[in-house]
Amino acid sequence: MSGRVRDTAPAADIAPAASDVHVALHGIAHTYPARAGQGPVAALGPLDFDFRRGEFVAVVGPSGCGKSTLLEIIAGLVTPSAGVVELEGRAITGTVAKDIGVVFQEDATFAWLTVWDNVAFGLRRAGIDAAETTRRVDYALAFMGLTEFRRAYPAQLSGGMRQRVCIARTLVLRPRLILLDEPFGALDQQTRLLMGEELLRLWRETAATVMLITHALDEAALLADRVAVMSARPGRLIDVVTTGWPGGRDSSLVADPAFGTLTARLWARLREESKKALGAS
Amino acid sequence: MTRVRLWQLGIVGTAVIALELLCRLGIINRFTMIPPSEMVLALGRVVATAPWFWPDVRYTLGNLAAAIALSAVGGLLIGLAVHAVPRLRRALDPIFTSYYAVPTFVLYPLLIVFFGIGPASLIVLGALFGIVAMIVATMTAIDRIPVVLLKVARASRLGIWRTALLLKLPAASPHLMTGLRLAVAYSVIGIIAGEFILSTEGIGRRVALAYNNFDNQTMYALLVLILAFAISVNAALGAFEQALHRRWYRS
Repeated sequence: MSGRVRDTAPAADIAPAASDVHVALHGIAHTYPARAGQGPVAALGPLDFDFRRGEFVAVVGPSGCGKSTLLEIIAGLVTPSAGVVELEGRAITGTVAKDIGVVFQEDATFAWLTVWDNVAFGLRRAGIDAAETTRRVDYALAFMGLTEFRRAYPAQLSGGMRQRVCIARTLVLRPRLILLDEPFGALDQQTRLLMGEELLRLWRETAATVMLITHALDEAALLADRVAVMSARPGRLIDVVTTGWPGGRDSSLVADPAFGTLTARLWARLREESKKALGAS
Repeated sequence: MTRVRLWQLGIVGTAVIALELLCRLGIINRFTMIPPSEMVLALGRVVATAPWFWPDVRYTLGNLAAAIALSAVGGLLIGLAVHAVPRLRRALDPIFTSYYAVPTFVLYPLLIVFFGIGPASLIVLGALFGIVAMIVATMTAIDRIPVVLLKVARASRLGIWRTALLLKLPAASPHLMTGLRLAVAYSVIGIIAGEFILSTEGIGRRVALAYNNFDNQTMYALLVLILAFAISVNAALGAFEQALHRRWYRS
């Protein structure tokens, strides 16, 4: 299935005006080349999708369906075997575009730098002057609740705090597109909920377009405006669900009956695909 | 001080006291070995009175510094280059693995031919001892850099050189320190042993002269000096390496 999957939102919401499209994926597919003892692996697609400007999109799918590959293609870290990624109408396939911030699942803090220097890293490389760097870093640390740890090294922080450092390091660069690859994957459920709220706060503050890769359906249902559901490998879009939550939402939504309905719907779409993925592994 | 460190000091102290007693009681002939306390006193006399002492120390330390610099910088650069070409690495790995099984001193005549008798031969010999340890440590250190940091470097649009300088080098530094420690230790062996056989100056040469002249006082004094130097440098680098590891890793 390579065609655009119909959104469950009202028709006017399905087809955004061209100027509202921030990132457009056209026929994206990726196959990993053969390696010793293993043939080529078709990992992804083909798929088409549009990210609207300022939208929060979560992508869910079974393990190994190519979610992270998709994120790395959009980030320009991987060149797709087929298809084109357009950022604000310009093809960026295979190049790392400006204004994109990426947060990975793994701990990507720089162990040799303090929290403050970690967050300032990108600003210094970009040649931002010292006063502006200080202002932005101090603000980001305060925003992420890390001010009192500004002189600490990552090894002195918990996993959740280190992930916040990585998010702050992305935030200070003021990207217009933020790509998050299961950033809370290693955290416990309570911390995930709180980090999710921080992420929503960050999204509202920056008005950036956010793509969140996650395997947690409740996280996707809570945080996103739209949830893109992917099939088992090679990952294709099998559904796009509009959550319809208000912009000022927070984790209290989990008590809303509609939240349970939404999560159940996502699981209903994913159940068979997850079984396929398990069978394939 | 940790319990392990106390045990280490206890074992060394016991061995020194045992040697002292064995020498004092005549169980070890004085012609073979003098008591450790006399070695220290003899070292004090050598330092205070021997006119050759400081010039020879300067000569040896100068050669050693050059050999360490060559093996550390050369090993780092070669390690980076070989790591960047996987086929070359696969071809060279067996050579690196078996390098220390080959007695490097067999190259001594070649070094004399190429560099003559003098500091250059010694420095090259010392560097040859240390450089492979640094090459192997560099490649291992780069292997251990988390892949996600390299993705961050690409996502941040850092170029090759900035990635190497700002990310790879600091991320690899705890493991590079292991290589540096080995390079220093091997270079000390290379320089002292080299001076022993092919030099007209240096502390190694003085040890050889004292040995040939049955001057046990001077020979053991210099051996104590070399031991103290090697242990001190190794301990200092080890402490620095541990501090880096503590800062890098939670455990």
